[in-house]
Amino acid sequence: MAISATNGAGVTVLRVSGLRTQFGAQVIHDDLELTIKRGEIIGIVGGSGTGKSVLLRTMVGLIRPAAGQINMLGAEITALNDDARATLQKRIGVLFQDGALFSSLTVAQNIMLPLKEHTDLPPALRLEIAEVKINMVGLAPDAANKYPSELSGGMRKRAGLARALALDPEILFLDEPTAGLDPIGAAAFDQLIGELRQALNLTVVMVTHDLDSLGAICDRIAVLLDKRVKVGTMASLRQDSEPWIHEYFHGPRARAALDPLTAGNE
Amino acid sequence: MSTDAGTAHDIGTVDSRLDGDLWRIVLAGQWTVAAATGIDRALKSLPSATQNRVAIDMAQVSALDTAGAWLVWRTIAALNDQGVETELVAAQPAHTSLIDTVARNAVPCPDPPRRRNAFIAMVERVGAATFAALYEARDLLNFLGLVVIVLARSIVRPHRIRLTPLIFHIEQSGLNAIPIVGLISFLIGVVLAFQGAEQLAKFGVEIFTVNIVASGVLREMGVLLTAIMLAGRSGSAFTAQIGTMKVNEEIDAMRTIGLDPMEVLVLPRMWALVICLPLLAFFANVMGLLGGAIMATTALDITFFQFARQLASATTLWTFWIGIIKAPIFGFIIGLVGCYEGLRVSGSAESVGRLTTRAVVESIFLVIILDALFSILFAELGI
Repeated sequence: MAISATNGAGVTVLRVSGLRTQFGAQVIHDDLELTIKRGEIIGIVGGSGTGKSVLLRTMVGLIRPAAGQINMLGAEITALNDDARATLQKRIGVLFQDGALFSSLTVAQNIMLPLKEHTDLPPALRLEIAEVKINMVGLAPDAANKYPSELSGGMRKRAGLARALALDPEILFLDEPTAGLDPIGAAAFDQLIGELRQALNLTVVMVTHDLDSLGAICDRIAVLLDKRVKVGTMASLRQDSEPWIHEYFHGPRARAALDPLTAGNE
Repeated sequence: MSTDAGTAHDIGTVDSRLDGDLWRIVLAGQWTVAAATGIDRALKSLPSATQNRVAIDMAQVSALDTAGAWLVWRTIAALNDQGVETELVAAQPAHTSLIDTVARNAVPCPDPPRRRNAFIAMVERVGAATFAALYEARDLLNFLGLVVIVLARSIVRPHRIRLTPLIFHIEQSGLNAIPIVGLISFLIGVVLAFQGAEQLAKFGVEIFTVNIVASGVLREMGVLLTAIMLAGRSGSAFTAQIGTMKVNEEIDAMRTIGLDPMEVLVLPRMWALVICLPLLAFFANVMGLLGGAIMATTALDITFFQFARQLASATTLWTFWIGIIKAPIFGFIIGLVGCYEGLRVSGSAESVGRLTTRAVVESIFLVIILDALFSILFAELGI
């Protein structure tokens, strides 16, 4: 929620253990283990239908796991009562794929909604904070009074991000933040996430398909495979011999996106 | 001002004092969104600086988030505006950089458009709604023309009618509506008989209940209720189906493949309603009369034979036709409005919902208007 004297790098903020999710007889994840530390940006990748979004939705508490524990910021989310869950929700922010802005509210009202709901801030201060967030995510000030239907896809994502950041969460979950953006917009969004991590001491969990994002800002990458995740850095996963992972990080698109970067690093 | 800075749950505070020739504002505790209300109030009641140099002492601040950083920056900016020199003292580097970030982003957004005077706004809304209704009427008339052309073409060249969707929509709008239409008409027959009998008993002419039921059901209620049911059931479904396809860009895809949405989507739906509504209205008439007859034989002293004889003498074939003639026209109107509103959907899923509601209201409205016009027409014709 805030930068404290010790910024707590290295502390585990999210630990998923023994997670199983299933819909009917179809098992999506089985015995999945994942640990995320404060201040890191972790990217979740995987083929279509491996349950990337399901994992994200399970972590934020929208889907109840069939088995396993999810320990977020010291609380076991599957065992929380409603009050404790609401308190925990204030400490996380979620950006859905298309922003998921409330269509009947303007951008500023969307951002002020969590503030209005969870704090007793006077309206003027709420608006001032919303204005800071609007500028922070790179929206033009005149976007404040627009409705979501009047915004482009990239602007909706930025506005959704501003709403997710309204309460200064400790963990930010992003579902395909760069999908549907042009390369310039996507790069700018990556840069924004990196900057916000620095400025607000965020931990970021993002589901993505974007190899550029993975290379540019992710500290670690979790690959969903066979109902589990395999976690590694970009460098270590590129050495991995598992066929899917090899194909993912060595396919033609991966080479185009990553080789200049690794060439520079080597 | 002494706070136990450093403990985890100390709430943010602010205090000020004169320290030599320096005015010192001391911040302490957690400057976070949870404490922002109290801090905001404290900042507003802070005595104004007596010196033109102010030190903002952040040594005891244990936590800072964007809201807290904004409050710090707002204080600094306000002092600077008064020509007071400010200096951040003993701030952690992370805190300084957050305040810098906020300062960079402290661009006020334009005010939301002002609300107009309520009376003017009301007049304006009435005007806008009137024009919107007129435009809508014109567009609906345009669509009517288009549909008539497509329908006429389909009569000349019946092989253009797609049989599978036509049968499908007849099943959906006609066959599946039979239970609910039958039940409603039956109950209306019962109610008409009961209410009629209660009034007519005062004159001792209970037998004329049959006339009330017969002309009530056959001329008006049977077909009108069926039309209203179908407007709610099928008209809304047409708008929702076509609207969802519009949102999914399916209509555009159809056009690029060379299919005419009017022919593929609108035509079978229109024909289905034009065919089904008379049949359903006939069924509704039967059920309505049945309801009246059952009410008359059980609750009143009218036997079934008396009912049948009175029915035969009270009605002519025209009584029946007056109801049924209206049915295909009502079906046409309901299908027209349902398809028209569906094709008007644009962009969002929200507009599907809005236009579906509108389709139902509009088609019921038009059906009742037409029914009234028919009544006048038939009265003028003397039938």
